[in-house]
Amino acid sequence: MAGTAVLRRLSWQVGTVAESRPETATAVTLALDLPEWTTHLAGQHVDVRLTAPDGYSTQRSYSIASAPSPGRVEITVQRVEDGEVSPYLVDVARPGDELELRGPIGGYFVWRAADPEPVLLVAGGSGIVPLMAMARTRAAAGSRTPMRLIYSVRGPEDAIYADELRRRVRDDHGLDVSYAYTRRAPDGWNGVAGRVDAARLGAGGWPADLAPRIFVCGPTGFVETVADLLVDAGHDPGRIRTERFGPTGG
Amino acid sequence: MTETWVDGNALGGALGEIFAMDVTAALGRCAGCGRVGPVGEAQVFTRAAGAVARCAGCESVLIRVVTAPDRVFLDLHGLSFLELRPAPATP
Repeated sequence: MAGTAVLRRLSWQVGTVAESRPETATAVTLALDLPEWTTHLAGQHVDVRLTAPDGYSTQRSYSIASAPSPGRVEITVQRVEDGEVSPYLVDVARPGDELELRGPIGGYFVWRAADPEPVLLVAGGSGIVPLMAMARTRAAAGSRTPMRLIYSVRGPEDAIYADELRRRVRDDHGLDVSYAYTRRAPDGWNGVAGRVDAARLGAGGWPADLAPRIFVCGPTGFVETVADLLVDAGHDPGRIRTERFGPTGG
Repeated sequence: MTETWVDGNALGGALGEIFAMDVTAALGRCAGCGRVGPVGEAQVFTRAAGAVARCAGCESVLIRVVTAPDRVFLDLHGLSFLELRPAPATP
């Protein structure tokens, strides 16, 4: 049965925060030690559940940021003002704290390093997280599959993983990254601020003839716009996988 | 203003406690319009008690799942079939 998952239902497990690493002013990466964790696929997510002393319990979904690694998983959490879960994970959770977690979840929005087709990733804000897992998984697998990322952020200070992406473009052969700065472009940047549009998708993406696999992740409106633009540009809707954030995030 | 929704992926956790195979990657047929597609493409609304997945083609209800402390209510009457397959574990 090599290469086939052992079929089992998901259940909650307890993870211990090993590290809390700031990414931007409002986002942190939490590395979690999970003794029962075996592996995951790039693009999958986990559900995190917090329970108050009075028994009130609430949960949210977070994309996995890391490449597969037994016993360890990383999530990157963007603080949502008025959220019920993210402010705790961003501002309070510290090494040694325990969290309840369920996963890995999802077989739809996933990329496998064995897939030969070129890949286009389009991220809006913290929608970068599952797409970063794909770039990291590609490098960890030694894949040469051409992969291009278009990353839409408000300004340069909002870009999560910016340093690592710069390094990967230099070191990981066949990875390209382009940015769309929607409000404030960095000083000396050769371009104009603005949203992802057909021209940016054309310049930073792949022609439809190459039939790339496409993954789009971000807020609902962003994903809707980008998916429509890609279909207008001739991409097969069946090759476009999307993951939208909810209205509350949290 | 239309209510916002998320993708079928969002049901993965709740359904993953019920099914041993991933339902979000499964192909489902809408009992309303006959559209066949991955459950991950459905439109999921989470404002109601529990979650409701609607067909991306005709907006008929495909799946309703409500998780209570001691039980789960699952309504699949909007799906006329589901084609599930075990996913390869290799990354």
